[in-house]
Amino acid sequence: MTPPDQAGIVVVGASLAGLRGAEALRRHGYDGRLTIVGDEAYLPYDRPPLSKHVLAGELTADATTLPQSPSLRAEWRLGQAAVALDRAARNLHLADGAVLPYDKLLIATGAQARPWPAGSGGTLSGVFTLRGRDDAARLRVALERRPRRVLIVGGGLIGCEAASCCRDLGVPVTLVDPNATPLARSLGTLIGGVIVECLRAAGVDFRPGTQVLGLEGDAEGRVTRARLRDGSTIEADLVIAALGATRATAWLAGAGLLADSSGLTCDGACRALASDGSADSAVYAAGDVARWPIPLYGGRLVSVEHWGNAVEQAAHAARNMLAAAHDQRPYDHLPAFWSSQFGINIKAVGLSEGADSLAVVHGSRASRRFLAVYGRQGRSIAAVSFDQARWLPAYADAIAAGCPFPPILDATDQIRIETLAPGFPPPRRSDEAHHG
Amino acid sequence: MAEDTLFAEVLDQANRSDPYPIYARLRANPVSRQRDGSFVVSTHAAIRSLIFDPRLSSEDLPPSHRPRTGNPLKDWLLNPIKDRIATAHRPLIFRDPPDHDTLRGFVMREFSVPRVRALHEPVGREVDRLIDACLGRDQVCLVEDLSYPLPVAVICDLLGVPETDEPQFQAWATQLATALEPDARHDEASRHKTVAAFDAISAYMRNLIRQKRRNPGADMISGLAASGPQGKPVMSDFDLISTAILLLVAGHETTVNLITNGMLTLLRHPEELERLRADPERAPRVIEEVLRYEPPVHFRTRKALGTITVAGQTIPKGAPVILLFASGNRDPARFADPDRFDPDREDNQHFGFGGGLHYCVGAPLARIEAEIALVALCRRLVRPRLMADPPPYRTGASLRGPERLGIHIDGIV
Amino acid sequence: MDLPSDRDPTASLRVVVDLNRCQGYAQCCYAAPGSFALRGHEILFYDPAPPAAHRGEIERAVQACPVRAISLQAVTADRVDTQ
Repeated sequence: MTPPDQAGIVVVGASLAGLRGAEALRRHGYDGRLTIVGDEAYLPYDRPPLSKHVLAGELTADATTLPQSPSLRAEWRLGQAAVALDRAARNLHLADGAVLPYDKLLIATGAQARPWPAGSGGTLSGVFTLRGRDDAARLRVALERRPRRVLIVGGGLIGCEAASCCRDLGVPVTLVDPNATPLARSLGTLIGGVIVECLRAAGVDFRPGTQVLGLEGDAEGRVTRARLRDGSTIEADLVIAALGATRATAWLAGAGLLADSSGLTCDGACRALASDGSADSAVYAAGDVARWPIPLYGGRLVSVEHWGNAVEQAAHAARNMLAAAHDQRPYDHLPAFWSSQFGINIKAVGLSEGADSLAVVHGSRASRRFLAVYGRQGRSIAAVSFDQARWLPAYADAIAAGCPFPPILDATDQIRIETLAPGFPPPRRSDEAHHG
Repeated sequence: MAEDTLFAEVLDQANRSDPYPIYARLRANPVSRQRDGSFVVSTHAAIRSLIFDPRLSSEDLPPSHRPRTGNPLKDWLLNPIKDRIATAHRPLIFRDPPDHDTLRGFVMREFSVPRVRALHEPVGREVDRLIDACLGRDQVCLVEDLSYPLPVAVICDLLGVPETDEPQFQAWATQLATALEPDARHDEASRHKTVAAFDAISAYMRNLIRQKRRNPGADMISGLAASGPQGKPVMSDFDLISTAILLLVAGHETTVNLITNGMLTLLRHPEELERLRADPERAPRVIEEVLRYEPPVHFRTRKALGTITVAGQTIPKGAPVILLFASGNRDPARFADPDRFDPDREDNQHFGFGGGLHYCVGAPLARIEAEIALVALCRRLVRPRLMADPPPYRTGASLRGPERLGIHIDGIV
Repeated sequence: MDLPSDRDPTASLRVVVDLNRCQGYAQCCYAAPGSFALRGHEILFYDPAPPAAHRGEIERAVQACPVRAISLQAVTADRVDTQ
């Protein structure tokens, strides 16, 4: 039995990472008090369907609640954001004034959508972000009212998936992205070019290489128009700001941890680092919010905003939370994500950042069915498949093993290997605005 | 790398009833070079890695990008030194992408979800009919009385092969399945028999396809033989015959092992038999564990198109690679207590139907047949006991299963 | 597959598929065609909150998945059960 006065383990973030971490604690034999705090009023839900099937109207937002292990036995504190962390007293402060003591804390607060700036039209009605259940539900309602044109700002995964959905619904769409193609930062413009063809074939008005400077509204405060840097305007009565996310770390200000809007820095064992660089053995982090040294890529600090990392890192952190100080295992992970858009299944593994070459090793870009590998200084670092996932595990193994680029030669289904420049945009300057 | 002769022991009929201790010894070297130059892959991790590796080919011929004429005779003349069967009979299990995908696509279109789902009822009827036929007896031979006739009846019905013709091609099917075994390829007499069986079954299929074109039914061969949009058959006769033979042989020679191995395993674990009798909802778990514990197909041979490094070992370009699925299924590094039959096992990622792009096309059908058969056997056979343990085995080391499975019973309900 | 227009809130199932793991083997589509469907070449679409009546089928799909990518939780009035 759990002693009533035991502080136990507190998980901040009723998210995929929070839930999977909590489940892993039970799986590893933790039998004590387990509290899960979430700022939304919902049990943990699954995000990937939100920008696909929920927008399409095939699923309702409430259908995305995640399955939970029956052995979870957690106390839920939902609808209560964590507002402060007092590490000296081992107390977590909630928005309603409650103070939760903890013996160990798992931070899985994730990230939040970067909103359209209030000063340039962000407060107009008809301007949406797309990250949470409520976002998706509201956007779905707005799409049901048949907007005359949807403007999507930002051609990342969310922007592209939303564009695909809107076109399936028959809604006119304009997509604006500062790069030459969508998905330029994650996949490069060469692969992004395939998405451009999909956008065009689906009838999306794609505006590359420009930015939205501001949104304008009517007298009722409804968005009507966007002004672009190239001087043009777009008439749109619904705007989706798909500008990426910032890590949910504002509540950690004053906690004395290495945290900012791009993450909470951890050591290799998922322990949060204090401002002086020392690991706090009582505070762990996992999922989107965590910024950690990834062994496979030379220990560079990354935060991986993908489903698979949330699941694996949370389970790993949970394991370490229960292990002795001398038995803290380093977290290693090969990042992976999937997306479906324009009828194509996209899967990717590895981190493509810094790639200097790209080889299409199976299929062809023209057929929109291919597998491509990214190389950097002669090593294979990432791979992406468009409707060609069947060989991807072999390439994932090769990337994890640090194989030369390209990694697999003399293969079946490999007519000729096409090696090209991947076409990544120059790195963002830290002062550069993310939007538009 | 040291050479090994363990795989020869696997092929030895004396070890047929229990090859698992040899597999355990093989796993000491996840990839072991045999004296004949082939490489046996025996651990779960190495097999998993290789089933997704595009450097492993299933083609019997080198991938010369030689245009196939579509005419077996011409192909054979162009490749006079090649084994006749490999040239003339090239079903999708011996093909790589993109040809494999085209052929599999045709089959999958016909092997549709509604068509497979619709088989529940006729399979149930056939199982009951076969068990009813044993009423009044105090012993049955599971192979003869159910495991063999059931899949045969089902595949004949599905393909549109008249069941009255079945006795004709039973021997052909068995011979062609034998040809899959590594030993058979080196045996001159067996090769001649295989060629004869192939010729006979090809002639039979050619004739059947002609009939289906004239008189199409609702069956798969009619569907495969149907004309395309421009009035042209979408599948060449060459491929159509190969595909029909493959499906027929596969329907004859694999599910029989799944059902027989399943019942054998349950009879060796009476408590599990009782649990399944009491709770038929356990059947899916039981079937998956049978597929892990006693799979119907133990290994498949591929060829390395390039140099492959796996589990720290290098397989040279051109080497035959034997994926020992049944050993991966017993790998203690992947499965806790792997030699224990445990339907409640979690995360049971077995290779019972192979894996990767050659994953068994018929898996959904095999699951339906095995589930209905095992549940009915548990329910209807009163106090079933094995007559001999181990039972006599068929000769196949790859398509491995009992030749007969005698069961004493106190009656049938 | 047709998604149910109304769901029974008292007896619900929760399903999630790890689509990183999913290799498009489509065994779930045969086992539980009411809840899983392949779209295009390899997109798996599934109902994350299927009706309780589909439970048997979905349990078959969980077992049949060659890469064990499907999680199922059944929440009923008196018990919670997970595979």
